[in-house]
Amino acid sequence: MASVAQSFMKLFRGSSGDPGGPAPAQATKRLTRRSSGLAELAKVLESEETLCVLDLGNTSPANIRYFTERSHKIYSEDLLVASTDRSLLTKDEQGAAVLDGKRFLAENLLYPGALFDVVLCWNLADYMDESLVKPVVGRLWSLLKPGGMLLAFFHTREAGPDAPCYRYHIVGTDTLEMQHIEPRREVRKGPTGIAHTAITGGFRLQRVFNNRHIENLFRDFASIKFFLARDNVREVLVVR
Amino acid sequence: MDTPKTVEFAHLGRSVVIKGELSGSEDLYVDGQVEGTIELHGNSLIIGPSGQVRANVNAKAVIVQGKLEGNIHASERAELRKSAVAVGDIITQRVAIEDGAYFKGKVDIQKDGAKPEARGPVASASGAAAGASAAAAKTPVTETK
Repeated sequence: MASVAQSFMKLFRGSSGDPGGPAPAQATKRLTRRSSGLAELAKVLESEETLCVLDLGNTSPANIRYFTERSHKIYSEDLLVASTDRSLLTKDEQGAAVLDGKRFLAENLLYPGALFDVVLCWNLADYMDESLVKPVVGRLWSLLKPGGMLLAFFHTREAGPDAPCYRYHIVGTDTLEMQHIEPRREVRKGPTGIAHTAITGGFRLQRVFNNRHIENLFRDFASIKFFLARDNVREVLVVR
Repeated sequence: MDTPKTVEFAHLGRSVVIKGELSGSEDLYVDGQVEGTIELHGNSLIIGPSGQVRANVNAKAVIVQGKLEGNIHASERAELRKSAVAVGDIITQRVAIEDGAYFKGKVDIQKDGAKPEARGPVASASGAAAGASAAAAKTPVTETK
């Protein structure tokens, strides 16, 4: 079994490249896809009421525009990139490298409880280190208002291990643009003021969740709805 | 919108480090380091590509090309250019975020004259409590790519 450190590095695609080398330019090609989950969610998003929305994907001008045009408040936090912070690597009692999940949650997703009406997870669970997935879902449960909705995408087995990781841009009530981005290094300061290096983009699919895994993952939520898309992605809309 | 000519701005160069309260009544271009607060009511602030600001910022217009850790309250508009790394909340009337910019925080669009909610301390990204009334009408939002 691969160590966590190896698994951690496997998060990133393209092992042949020098991770410390110059950052390649972001790929700009975008694919358009229909999203049944988003269409379902749009019924809520089109309401006149001001909603609080948390977008956990890569910063998307299109998403910020979509929500602010509808008078909603949009919070943006790229959780996948945050999970690649090398300073999160620590050692357990046996000396094996592990990700410090407690610290991760102490530094990320810091919002008042029951703040959000909508959380957009996109494909976060598929590409994030496995040890963080359950704690993150637990935290998201507490951040959602009762009746709040969470949209997440999961690859099916048919997608294959090399399924590319995309950014998702909302361009219509049921339409997304997908943008594949290449890895690049960024140095950022955390809340403690310490500079951390994170790698954005180019993530590897970590696992495939089947329906039962997904139901277990969201078992604390009130309801769950599956939408199977043509591109081997299951869209999941859960309600707290 | 293009970056205004910096010759018309008061200029803090790369080697300048300021800690404390920075206020003024003219436009300001920061390419150095500032830690504290920046108050430029009715004037514009540009954080240049080399700028590193750890401060709550209050200005008419704020354009970020470098790094900003703190909340932006821009009475007119806020722009994050593609090289921007911004952590904090943005409260403004119009926002433009270029593709490639990194942003962690909240965007709260407020119509003209709306009272902004109380802002939290520097670096408490998105920590402000919900509850402020946002614009009820559709707000024009620009986006640059």
